[in-house]
Amino acid sequence: MTGSQSTRRSADKIDPEQLTIVPLRHPWRWVAVALVLVSVAGMIRSAISNPEFQWPIVAQYLFNPLILDGLWQTVLITAVVMALATLGGTIAALMMLSPSKLLSVPAAAFVWFFRGTPALVQLIIWYNLSIVVKDITLWLPGVGTVYSVSTNDIMTPLVSAIVALSLHEAGYMAEIVRSGLKSVNKGQYEASACLGMNPSLALRRIVLPQAMRIIIPPTGNETINLLKTTSLVSIIAVGDLLYSAQSIYARTFETIPLLLVVSFWYLAVVSIMSVGQFYLEKHFSRDEHRINPGITRAILGNLAKIGRKEALA
Amino acid sequence: MTAPGTHHEHFGIASTTMVHAKGIRKSYGHLEVLKGVDLTVPSGSVACIIGPSGSGKSTFLRCINHLEEINGGLMLVDGDFVGYRLEGNKLYELPPSAICQRRAEIGMVFQQFNLFPHMTVIENLMEAPLRVKREPVAQATAKAIELLKRVGLAEKRDAYPRQLSGGQQQRVAIARALAMNPKVLLFDEPTSALDPELVGEVLEVMKSLAREGITMVVVTHEIGFAREVADQLIFMDGGLVVESGNPREMIANPQSPRTREFLARVL
Repeated sequence: MTGSQSTRRSADKIDPEQLTIVPLRHPWRWVAVALVLVSVAGMIRSAISNPEFQWPIVAQYLFNPLILDGLWQTVLITAVVMALATLGGTIAALMMLSPSKLLSVPAAAFVWFFRGTPALVQLIIWYNLSIVVKDITLWLPGVGTVYSVSTNDIMTPLVSAIVALSLHEAGYMAEIVRSGLKSVNKGQYEASACLGMNPSLALRRIVLPQAMRIIIPPTGNETINLLKTTSLVSIIAVGDLLYSAQSIYARTFETIPLLLVVSFWYLAVVSIMSVGQFYLEKHFSRDEHRINPGITRAILGNLAKIGRKEALA
Repeated sequence: MTAPGTHHEHFGIASTTMVHAKGIRKSYGHLEVLKGVDLTVPSGSVACIIGPSGSGKSTFLRCINHLEEINGGLMLVDGDFVGYRLEGNKLYELPPSAICQRRAEIGMVFQQFNLFPHMTVIENLMEAPLRVKREPVAQATAKAIELLKRVGLAEKRDAYPRQLSGGQQQRVAIARALAMNPKVLLFDEPTSALDPELVGEVLEVMKSLAREGITMVVVTHEIGFAREVADQLIFMDGGLVVESGNPREMIANPQSPRTREFLARVL
């Protein structure tokens, strides 16, 4: 045993100044790196050399007005749906945490239903709402019909898409916000109450800002997920990014290059969102010195480091 | 709401009484934790409550500012109810907004400090004066700086709570409570979560407040502090006040065997 040998040497005879510490070597890591590099190189080579990818056509359609229109629709739907879902989800979360069953039970039922059915199914149901409900009418007792409109006039594909996805997404956001609110220590509520703050002020100023730290990372995840889920709306003929590409390759049969264009734009938007998330997280953890690096943070942090090194060189 | 103080005569209690508790009862389900607690704290005096854990002393303190609802008894702070409105022979529970107005007059310091971690020290102090009392920013800032000087933490105004030691955090928490100019300050075991060497700095601040004549109700394990500062000492056990009186006399010569036993263990 090397351990017993080294202890058998008298400790007095070892000069601590002369000792060097040898870190544990990881030779297999280098083998793995080599394997990865070879496979990546192979994939890149095949992507470039395979004529079916038709890179020149990808470049040609990248800034096609129809594609950019679709991209705008996709971003618009994502933004509107996320805003509505965050609002609806927060209300549902507050209702679920209420001691009153009158509030918590309907909210829980809402989450159960809209989180439990597929987005695609909800989308098609809302799109076909006019089959079940012919007219949407506001009727007040004593006043009579105040306002009435044909369902088909209101439920355009875009509106159905926004309604369906907002409700679906609100179900998820409700759970995210609820977990955030529950993560805040009970003592924070008590401290605010003892300073004379009413419950809504305490929620706005003390509880929500602390809950945001828990809420933001999964919300970023949800937003990215939603951006991609919006591609489902192409089913009900909303002119989103995927629908635009489909309408082009239906004519030209350049399927793969156009899907590559679509993927490029989805990736581009997700990357921009990740930067936004990075700064949002930073804003809500001002008081922390060290924050657990998420994937986004790690990438951006490293990029910043590399940038700095290059600036020095 | 009635002007503060007008109820003193109404209830036949001295107008110098800040906290008047009579027969306070409190249960959690079938477990009765307070079985009729009486306490009178005159204005400008310090009352220290001691007792073994589970004796109900913290629960009683939390009943004073209505963090806990009471199931029976009469609890008046500065001659008025905190969470109720009296009409005839019935106490009607007030809506949260009205309770908040009353609570703003009762400061509380917690065992776990409960500073707002997302705000700097001075923001912690200014939050309630600005948003509850709607004080002008300049006035709230000046008062916050003065209070931080008073607890010896003027240089920490822009630090975040987690950058402070436990003792410093508790001193900030005391300053935060004082920023609302409370009529009475409640302390719930303010030094129990602190490292032993940090207890002194917090007790020093509390002693200085006592000297300035701030009415305080302190639940504590610091018998030395109670002996030095308190005007009355209350020993609670099993949801009842077992013994109360002058702290020096009570500590030197406890009347009840239970008090004697408890003091023998903690001294």
